[in-house]
Amino acid sequence: MTHLQVELPGLKLKNPLMPASGCFGFGKEYSKFYDLSLLGAVIMKAATGEERPGNATPRVAETNSGMLNAIGLQNPGVDRIINEEVPFLANYDTAIIANIAGSTVEEYEEVAAKFNLTRNVHALELNISCPNVKEGGIQFGTDPEMAKHVTEKVKQASDKPVYVKLSPNVSDIVAMAKAVEEAGADGLTMINTLTGMQLHLPSKRPLIANKTGGLSGPAIKPIAVRMIYEVKQAVNIPIIGMGGIQTAEDVLEFLLAGASAVAVGTANFQNPLILPELISELPKVLQKYGFSSVEEAIGKAVTG
Amino acid sequence: MRKIKMRLLQIREIAKDTIEMKLEDDYITKVANPGQFISIALPNHTLPRPISIADIDRENGEITLLFKIMGKGTDTLAGFIPGTEVDCFGPNGNGFPLDSGQVDKVLLIGGGIGVPPLYYLGKRLEEQGIEVKSILGFQSGKYVFYEKKFESLGETIIVTDDGSYGMKGFVTDAVNIIPGFDAYYACGPTGMLRALTEQMKNKTGYISLEERMGCTVGACAACVIPTATEGSYKKICHDGPVFAAEEVML
Repeated sequence: MTHLQVELPGLKLKNPLMPASGCFGFGKEYSKFYDLSLLGAVIMKAATGEERPGNATPRVAETNSGMLNAIGLQNPGVDRIINEEVPFLANYDTAIIANIAGSTVEEYEEVAAKFNLTRNVHALELNISCPNVKEGGIQFGTDPEMAKHVTEKVKQASDKPVYVKLSPNVSDIVAMAKAVEEAGADGLTMINTLTGMQLHLPSKRPLIANKTGGLSGPAIKPIAVRMIYEVKQAVNIPIIGMGGIQTAEDVLEFLLAGASAVAVGTANFQNPLILPELISELPKVLQKYGFSSVEEAIGKAVTG
Repeated sequence: MRKIKMRLLQIREIAKDTIEMKLEDDYITKVANPGQFISIALPNHTLPRPISIADIDRENGEITLLFKIMGKGTDTLAGFIPGTEVDCFGPNGNGFPLDSGQVDKVLLIGGGIGVPPLYYLGKRLEEQGIEVKSILGFQSGKYVFYEKKFESLGETIIVTDDGSYGMKGFVTDAVNIIPGFDAYYACGPTGMLRALTEQMKNKTGYISLEERMGCTVGACAACVIPTATEGSYKKICHDGPVFAAEEVML
């Protein structure tokens, strides 16, 4: 018997797999393909204080081994998410993590306070790393002092555990991780997308309307593994890892690097059943490499 | 909506850069409606390719897909050989309304690779005793396909941009030649749809849109279109790809 359960602040996960924010909407679409109760957790699409229309289209472009996106945090606003989306997800036996975003510290606080009163939301993911909006998001995620400040404020506004989503678009990710740990973050999720750009030769124009977008998919996996490994050495809070996971072997690699659970994003698009498939394949892969549980594998990369 | 494997039965180039595939399937052929599409997952690609349904043979469990070679993904797809098990999921999106009641005569208007979904639509409308006429626009003669198939449904006018086949001009130039239809159904490039909906403001019309998609199921919000209501958006893959002509801002 291989134990897939993982316990994290505020989250008792039946397995370590969940969809990454923004790649799964609020779950309704994928619930047509499988029972969402199979999932360890669901991280919802980002919520802002008010409805946001998002960026101009095209918003996505395929790249070699990945994709660029610049959706621009399109969402119906926190109130409608609480009233219309959370109740749907609450029908399933899975943990719900609310991703929160904002243009100002006050907006983050407001959204966090609203989710704090939402019974079925188990934890918050603080999105300080969206590369695709003009205001908010990324500047909180690239300056350790600002990251610390917004984390402290959100912690004050909410009793729910707060996981801070780190951006890889920084020169020192360990400094960012330490700053938010000091501010009281209960955990980290990493990595968000890397800023990229792709041109269309006939028109000489960028392939996405926002010019630049966030790169995701297998192309970024080694960067995610490296960053998780480095951060794990420096902090004492758990990490939910993400970045290009496609196979159960990839899941194990993230666990070995130091992640306690993982999120799958882009891979849902090519295969809507990827998450249930990985959940069923993970025990075999753990056994193959000598582990009888997920918890046993966490941080077991041998680098000495 | 299901994830399935469909076996490729036949693949051929029916016009320049235009590939017709026939696939064996016992699920989608039973449930799909005209205007819906299938997402094809290609090896070594990150995003699925959404391809509209050109025809369905329910009895024999056969589905026909048509696509144009536009880049690496469609080029890979064009290289598939019969017998290949193709990874797909669908049917996705909402198709054309078929039970609009008081419609006796319809006009189908297709542009380029927007033509295929109109064929299955036309067949289904004709089965209901509705009179179907078509205007099909292509870049030039070498891109023309399915002329005979549409003619078997009813009067068909072919238009080419350069006049190398059929009438010279755009589909909008040909609309006035066919009078007296109750509704139109159109699929093609956004520019064509914009001109058409403007020209036929007082007619009942349904248009099928194209946009680069991410997930193709409504989860990622990549393919959105503003609606006639200010500040509101629809997801093309999920809420469409077919919309009432006045519903969206092109």
